[in-house]
Amino acid sequence: MSAARPAIADRIAIFDPLSTGTTWQRRRSLAVVYGLLSLFAAYYLLPLGVIVLNSFRDMAEISRAGLIGLPHSFSLQHWAKAWGTFCVNGACNGIAPFFYNSLWMAIPATIISTAIGAINGYVLSKWRFRGSETLFACMTLGVFLPGQMVLLPWAWTLGTLGLTNTIAGLVLIHCVQGLSFTTLFCRNYYVSIPDALIQAARIDGAGFWRIFRKIVLPLSPPILIVTVIWQFTGIWNDFLFGVIFSSGRNQPVTAALIALTAGGMSVRQYNVESAAVLIGAMPPLLIYLFGGKFFMRGLTQGAVK
Amino acid sequence: MRDAVSRFTPQIVLSPSLIASFVYVFLFCAWTVWLSLSDSTLLPDFSYGGIKHYLALWQNRRWTIAYTNLFLFSSLYVSGSLAIGLTLAVLIDQRVRGEAIWRSVLLYPLAISFVVTGTVWRWLFSPSTGIQAFVRDLGWTGFTFDWILDRDRAIYTIVITGVWHASGFAMVLLLAGLRSVEQDLIKAAQIDGASMRRIYWKIVLPSIRPIIIAVVVILLQFAIKTFDLVVAQTGGGPGLATNVPAIYVYDLMFQRGQIAEGAAGAVMILLALAAVLVPYAIWSSYHERREAGNS
Repeated sequence: MSAARPAIADRIAIFDPLSTGTTWQRRRSLAVVYGLLSLFAAYYLLPLGVIVLNSFRDMAEISRAGLIGLPHSFSLQHWAKAWGTFCVNGACNGIAPFFYNSLWMAIPATIISTAIGAINGYVLSKWRFRGSETLFACMTLGVFLPGQMVLLPWAWTLGTLGLTNTIAGLVLIHCVQGLSFTTLFCRNYYVSIPDALIQAARIDGAGFWRIFRKIVLPLSPPILIVTVIWQFTGIWNDFLFGVIFSSGRNQPVTAALIALTAGGMSVRQYNVESAAVLIGAMPPLLIYLFGGKFFMRGLTQGAVK
Repeated sequence: MRDAVSRFTPQIVLSPSLIASFVYVFLFCAWTVWLSLSDSTLLPDFSYGGIKHYLALWQNRRWTIAYTNLFLFSSLYVSGSLAIGLTLAVLIDQRVRGEAIWRSVLLYPLAISFVVTGTVWRWLFSPSTGIQAFVRDLGWTGFTFDWILDRDRAIYTIVITGVWHASGFAMVLLLAGLRSVEQDLIKAAQIDGASMRRIYWKIVLPSIRPIIIAVVVILLQFAIKTFDLVVAQTGGGPGLATNVPAIYVYDLMFQRGQIAEGAAGAVMILLALAAVLVPYAIWSSYHERREAGNS
């Protein structure tokens, strides 16, 4: 064995335990790795699989066989019902109005907070002034602040501005709350743009906005996509502000889902509720499916910093 | 005049956000702290009332249950997510085929709201419809899995769901860490004949310690803020069994009209967060300085 060692070491370019050892050992470790991964994948996919399948099954079948099982009936009508006619919060227009509420909340709040964050990030990385680092540090504190600390002040502020129980009020909250996050993200990205580039432009007589438009913005798509994805997902999935500062038909979809699936109904309609839950989870899931790469990038960039 | 404006453009552009953040971070916080020390009940009342609301809070059984739950939940949630995340990261690091697919399957829960997560797991944990019914249908009729209805065990169902939601996240960060470990170091150990397990324990894990600590801190933050997951999965029940501080604060502020005591609870949540984040901030600045000194 000892004679063979240098030969093996030459062969391994990178650490790759699965391709070392005897054939038998290799097979065994392959089985362990893929077996464990499959087990975990099953644990992760179980909930999603269950609600997808249940959204197509008959209620009679679900009450007989439980939620976990392969469908013996198939119908799209539960989706239609969940979307348009199911009763939530006393009105029978399905989940659709709440879905639109969430859209009207998440889209403007995402765009506004990302735009402001980009400009702030640009100032804080390329136009530093005395004390700007301290100001930046204070701004980022907002990322960590627990929502409970600001609930009462927000209730008062929204009341004073006449925005209680409006989508505009929720947009305002998410913009202010998102600001620290988007600023942090953009600033940390813009720091890597070489200062020489900005200096050269300034010598050529370009001003603040011109440099932003001509140099910084064209370099920004990667960070803007990441920020937009994270802001949208976070705002769409928020429940705390939604449930406190809106009620009735003005609620975002997360709050409506709680009202729908935990409401005091005598008979649960798991198929319609599954469809409603899926509709409520759809936008972030689609973003994840199609923008997974950016999702991942934001995670590893932002979280560790 | 024009010159002065263009000279201060950066400051002018930044100022609205600065004002907004300062109001949000400092004024709002000070406001809540002050409320917690006031005589307020249903409506804000700014006369000084001392620390009686803090005393009332800590004498309240519901709050002590909530805090105990938070400790139990945080420790199991963080260690569970970290253990599974690390296992998954090491497994995926073995140059498995279809890495991107495995990774997306394991990370997708992060894109799903706690409301949806909690709702679906509530159905799965419910004995009459979920896992128990399924196993009994398979023929094991004596099988019982009714933790979600059991006062002593319901909190563990929240842990299982929380770990489901967070371990993929831990995996991605840890995987990025594993990939950054110097290959030369590992190769040298391999040439010396070290076993795979030894290489992981002695070389790989110690060198990704900063990332492990960062993951723990982020997860602790999630745990302390936990609200929607519990609301959706158990509503804090059965009885008071799965109450957490965030839920109780919400109840005090918006259901019972005891805003001063609610504010006191919010301050306690802030202190819990500070207890995690302040040491971390000190540690990481110390760590950075040492790294900078070494190179």
